[in-house]
Amino acid sequence: MHALHQVLHAFFNLHSFTLALPDVWAGFQVNLKMMVIAEAFVLVLALTIAVVRGLPGPAAKPLRALAIAYTDFFRGTPIIIVAFFIGFGLPGLQLGFISNLSFTTYGIITLTLVYTAYVTEVYRAGIESVHASQRAAARSLGLSYWQAMRYVVIPQAVRRVIPPLLNDFVGLQKDTSIVYVIGVTEAASLAQQFSTTNGDFPSYLVAAVFFILITIPLARFTDHLVAVRERRERAQAF
Amino acid sequence: MTATVNGAAFVDVRSVSKWFGDLQVLNKVSLDVHEHSVVCLIGASGSGKSTLLRCLNMLEHVEEGEIVVDGEQLTHGRVDVNALRKKIGIVFQAYNLFPHMTVLQNVTLAPRKALGISRARAEAHARLLLQRIGLEAKADEYPDRLSGGQQQRVAIVRALAMGPKLMLLDEITSALDPQLVSEVLQLVRELAESGMTMILATHEMGFAREVADKVCFLDAGCILEEGPPEQIFTEPREPRTREFLSRVLEAEKLQ
Repeated sequence: MHALHQVLHAFFNLHSFTLALPDVWAGFQVNLKMMVIAEAFVLVLALTIAVVRGLPGPAAKPLRALAIAYTDFFRGTPIIIVAFFIGFGLPGLQLGFISNLSFTTYGIITLTLVYTAYVTEVYRAGIESVHASQRAAARSLGLSYWQAMRYVVIPQAVRRVIPPLLNDFVGLQKDTSIVYVIGVTEAASLAQQFSTTNGDFPSYLVAAVFFILITIPLARFTDHLVAVRERRERAQAF
Repeated sequence: MTATVNGAAFVDVRSVSKWFGDLQVLNKVSLDVHEHSVVCLIGASGSGKSTLLRCLNMLEHVEEGEIVVDGEQLTHGRVDVNALRKKIGIVFQAYNLFPHMTVLQNVTLAPRKALGISRARAEAHARLLLQRIGLEAKADEYPDRLSGGQQQRVAIVRALAMGPKLMLLDEITSALDPQLVSEVLQLVRELAESGMTMILATHEMGFAREVADKVCFLDAGCILEEGPPEQIFTEPREPRTREFLSRVLEAEKLQ
């Protein structure tokens, strides 16, 4: 009984929980900021790379190879290593502007590089899932390759991959706390500081609650979109 | 059968061959189509009808021979594919409407983006065309709310909205329920009467006989026999043509 009481006290002490709230909340705002900015860059860059990877013809081969190399590298490298590369590597280069950014900015760059690689693959799957006959119909109406992509292929592709995109978005949100390793002051690092000072752990619980509060609505929204799609497709089958 | 009956043919196919890998799908096909005439391609599935149509608007690449459409050489030199396709409409067996766009958006997309027509003018023209086929009420519906016959008529109108000089119809009734076939054929009939130059790949023999100025029987990638519909359907010269027609007739009886 005594041990259980100790555990409860160490992790779920309401007083300590309340004390930790303001600090961790201040940190969590940094997580939110990194998440929103990185996600905006990711959505645009990944779509660009996915389109480049699908370019036809031998002339585009070097570009395609570059796009493949990018996704291979950043999908295969643990995010923490990318964070070290960016967060310690870039400042070490002494390259003026590039070497004098804030920790948070290096964090955003890290997250963008890694998640762009994942999301590129999501987009690519979406683009490939649009039937060739849609492209043929668009092109035979006299639309150019780019017009066919812009108005016919990409809108359909994006609609189809919204659920997996949201999944990656949830992943990105959580990984914003990994970049604390390069010195970003965010929810997890502040929770850790609080825990060290106070000698207990409710601050971690505070951080966890913040993340969960953001991810649960997103997860439910994703479920909802999937369910709607299934209903529509079933309706079409009959 | 060389070109000039009255002036140069609008479509002039000269000894075209094409392979998919090792499989030869077109074998020295020659065909000429004059302006305002309707040519029907008949033959079994896999005989090369669709491929021939797709070569005419450069959806497929021709390996041998030459094709001239409206005085433009497609098979060598640099061709502005997009410009060529603006004057050739094609309608597919599976409609291929854009599912994420309303009927009106389907019809106006290419006029707006490929021809640069203003949205207001493109929509006015599209509504007029839809009205003509009795589908103006469906203008703001998405394709999945339409029957197959309605979708196919929209696909035809979508092609017509570009003001094409030539229409290619690739087995456009093959995916339709039998009771929906006639509404689509009626639209094609009206197009033929309006003087549209058309090439149809079709399994509807009765319809081919009615609208065609010339019927071509394809077999294993060759045009085995061609002539006016009366001759092809009543006294075909080639045994293969006779065999094909009697098989089709047999199938129609069973229906």
